[in-house]
Amino acid sequence: MLAPRVIRLLEDIVGSEQVTTDSTDMLCYSYDATQQTFLPDAVVFPENAEQVSLIMKMANVENIPVFPRGAGSGFTGGSLPTKGGVVLVTSRMDRIIEIDEDNLVATVQPGVVTEQFQQAVEKVGLFYPPDPASLKFSTLGGNAAECAGGPRCVKYGVTKDYILGLQVVTPQGDIIRTGGATMKGVVGYDLTKLMVGSEGTLGIITELIIKLLPLPEAKKTMLIMFNSIDGAAQAVSAIIRGKIIPTTLEFMDAATIDCVRKATDMELPEQAQAVLIVEVDGDADLIEKQAKRILEIVQPLGVVATRVAITAAESEDIWKVRRSVSASLRNVNPDKFNEDICVPRSKVPEMIRKVDLIAQKYDIPIVNFGHAGDGNIHVNIMIDSKVADQAERAEKAIKEVFAGALALGGTMSGEHGVGNTKAPYIPMELDPAAVAYMKAIKQALDPKNVLNPGKILLEDLETIEQAKQAN
Amino acid sequence: MSNHKKLEDFRQEIDKCVKCGACQAQCAVYKTLKRESTVARGKVAIAEALLDKDLPLNDRFVLDMSQCLLCGSCYDKCPNLVPTDEIVMAARREIAERQGLTTFGKVLTGVIKRPKLMETLVKGGQFFGPFLFKKIPDHSGLRLRFPVPFISQDRAIPEFSDQPFRSRYPELIPGDDDKPLVAFFTGCMINYTYPEVGEALVKVMRFMGFPLQIPQAQGCCGLPALAAGDEETVDLLADANVDAFAADKAEVVVTACASCHAGIGKHYRDMGGDYAVLGDKVVDVLKFLVDNGLVEKLQQLNHKDYKGETLRVTYHDPCHLRTQGITAEPRALLRALPGVEFVEMEGADRCCGLGGTFSVYHYDTSRKIGSRKADGIAASQADVVASACPGCMMQLQDSIQHAGLPQRVSHVLQLIAECLPE
Ligand SMILES: Cc1cc2nc3c(=O)[nH]c(=O)nc-3n(C[C@H](O)[C@H](O)[C@H](O)COP(=O)(O)OP(=O)(O)OC[C@H]3O[C@@H](n4cnc5c(N)ncnc54)[C@H](O)[C@@H]3O)c2cc1C
Ligand code: SF4
Ligand code: SF4
Repeated sequence: MLAPRVIRLLEDIVGSEQVTTDSTDMLCYSYDATQQTFLPDAVVFPENAEQVSLIMKMANVENIPVFPRGAGSGFTGGSLPTKGGVVLVTSRMDRIIEIDEDNLVATVQPGVVTEQFQQAVEKVGLFYPPDPASLKFSTLGGNAAECAGGPRCVKYGVTKDYILGLQVVTPQGDIIRTGGATMKGVVGYDLTKLMVGSEGTLGIITELIIKLLPLPEAKKTMLIMFNSIDGAAQAVSAIIRGKIIPTTLEFMDAATIDCVRKATDMELPEQAQAVLIVEVDGDADLIEKQAKRILEIVQPLGVVATRVAITAAESEDIWKVRRSVSASLRNVNPDKFNEDICVPRSKVPEMIRKVDLIAQKYDIPIVNFGHAGDGNIHVNIMIDSKVADQAERAEKAIKEVFAGALALGGTMSGEHGVGNTKAPYIPMELDPAAVAYMKAIKQALDPKNVLNPGKILLEDLETIEQAKQAN
Repeated sequence: MSNHKKLEDFRQEIDKCVKCGACQAQCAVYKTLKRESTVARGKVAIAEALLDKDLPLNDRFVLDMSQCLLCGSCYDKCPNLVPTDEIVMAARREIAERQGLTTFGKVLTGVIKRPKLMETLVKGGQFFGPFLFKKIPDHSGLRLRFPVPFISQDRAIPEFSDQPFRSRYPELIPGDDDKPLVAFFTGCMINYTYPEVGEALVKVMRFMGFPLQIPQAQGCCGLPALAAGDEETVDLLADANVDAFAADKAEVVVTACASCHAGIGKHYRDMGGDYAVLGDKVVDVLKFLVDNGLVEKLQQLNHKDYKGETLRVTYHDPCHLRTQGITAEPRALLRALPGVEFVEMEGADRCCGLGGTFSVYHYDTSRKIGSRKADGIAASQADVVASACPGCMMQLQDSIQHAGLPQRVSHVLQLIAECLPE
């Protein structure tokens, strides 16, 4: 519970309409896509950096935790008020401030929804490539805070590759600028890169300066079916070795294909044990050549069938197959643990084999799909949490999956971040000195630990557990 | 036993929500108000909390459940097909029941105590003219859609027709001998406020040679009552319609109103039994016409016969057709019309913001949603905005008027009828 005085202070900062303590609203801002629940004590909707700054100053004086939130689509609980306190929602900071066509940069507020921004720049022939599957509803602030990625990252990189500069409210309430609108800049530490991916623990992003590219003239989509996962994996390496970097290189394993068979009209023959969706973009003539070359390269690797989209509608049909994956998984089991490990590209088949063994060992279905082009595998452990001990078995399986990825020189999360759900596993990946280094940064910038406490770093684990039990 | 599911019966569907947040991209109310309680994910969480007794049934709950256009857009794109629109309707029934009032609308009226609205009572009355409104039967959805005290004075409302559509025609209009009989479910808006849409339908059916039956005993489909949580009235109306369209008559029942299409189609199917038998026969008229070759027939019409100038026409997708997958048919018909240049507008698939009673109680939000629609219309530079639902037509007219735009609003059927030989 927050003292009425604190609520009044918040009201003075943002106006009484933009602060709520109503129990309905507390419920509505208690969850994200992880489906965990932590009730906040208040929710505020600031409209500019000045208000955010005043909120953080107050939070330091009053010792109240503040949790930044975009669209609440996070997969690791980053926006959840694990210690109660204030949820700070960026939904009112949703303006595209400028699209500078001379310099190919844009300035936006953090609450702008990714797709809206993409559509706005595409209207003037420009291109913002990062494309998390949540782009229709996630915010650019949330994307930057998680360093979101998507299928196009094979060729174009992830969110951090497009953030040139930021305006940030520090945990203690100062408003600072990092980086800028120039393509180069080496004065001082690269705080922009530090902020991107820091999951709202080191500052609240109130403005982003974003790099844009010219919009590619055309694209071509192909769906290639293989008779083995090895064939598909070799195809990925072969394409890259052939000096072609496709825009996307998505794969689905046999279990995934089984799931989507029921959900799409596209014919996926029984022999298809793995599918690659390959897209190339660029000049119209160039992509024709590239597409042809790719089909030649992969042909000897056990190709069962291919579909090459000629029209935009056919390309859409192919992407529909990929997009139907997520929902069709529910046919396997109602609940899932969705992990997004990343391994060096060449290790994908080995990783899939490991996962298969883990699935057998714990006797739970595991479905793999994801971004083969960058080694980012979505490992979906499908369980029915109502069935006794399935959840525990899943926990054990997850740990082994992480260990497997790390042993191959990979990481336990390529996109979704750490939040509170992966915080317990941090010591598996980072050595103690690296954790200490990170803690030192956090402590220096946020000595009272009021900004998004309990995320990423382990020191707050106990508090999380307590909060969970209190709920 | 009730024909309608209780909120409790939706447990399983509620459990299917994985809180992914994808509905934020679909919900027009959320996009305007940007509060989690207005989006499907929030509404589902709130409904669940009521069932679990974590939240009380208070004024706030009533307001939250009123903030829904029942457009089904969230359901359409939900990866787990959570039927939020139905959950909200069930919640509204629950509210009416627990408060001991006949309709959710009555409860809501008590919750939204805005004195200003009362001032408009008299002015609102002018729109209808008490005399004309008398012609509307007590059970017509129009009475629920336009509870007089709530009508904003600057809302554009179509005139009520002096002579309702159904009274203009005999029960049976003959057609070619080899064509099967088709029945026409008119719905209230076509009957009372847009009879010209019905006239157009008659003309197009005549051109196609289908004998047309317009049962005089039909009434309101019941959707407004359903939205108002008034199950008794829904049942009463549904029974009357089942009788009016008794099984021995036409095998196909066409609608020209997207809301009625959902009302007597989808919802009757959900009610089961005889209702479902009627529901199964329901086809949107534009889909029916395309399936029966009207596009080809229109293409054969001699273009030289067309006297006027080229008309730029754009199309607004009514949610209740879009979510049933009917989007290509109206466009195919418009493209086939001689003298018509079809242009796609930005956001054609965005809800117009009417949502039946929604616009009555939340006129400001409704208008904001409508003004986004108007932006797309303006940018399309079309002469005519076509649609396939009288409700959308009314709302589009209102949005266009407020934006000061020159476009005229028309039903696709009217544009087709204009092109046909006399
Ligand atoms: C169906 C689905 C598909 C997804 N697909 C992908 C995918 O392909 N790739 C991918 O990378 N992710 C994916 N995600 C995860 C998620 O969408 C991303 O992490 C996204 O970037 C989160 O954005 P958001 O606006 O929802 O942020 P939230 O979930 O609200 O917050 C995420 C984190 O960012 C912080 N934050 C938010 N705004 C700010 C700000 N202005 N300043 C500082 N910190 C802030 C929060 O505190 C939190 O730690 C997916 C999620 C779903 C539900
Ligand atoms: S899209 Fe469906 S599953 Fe996802 S949050 Fe909305 S209602 Fe729930
Ligand atoms: S039915 Fe329409 S208005 Fe209601 S929650 Fe779904 S998208 Fe929003």
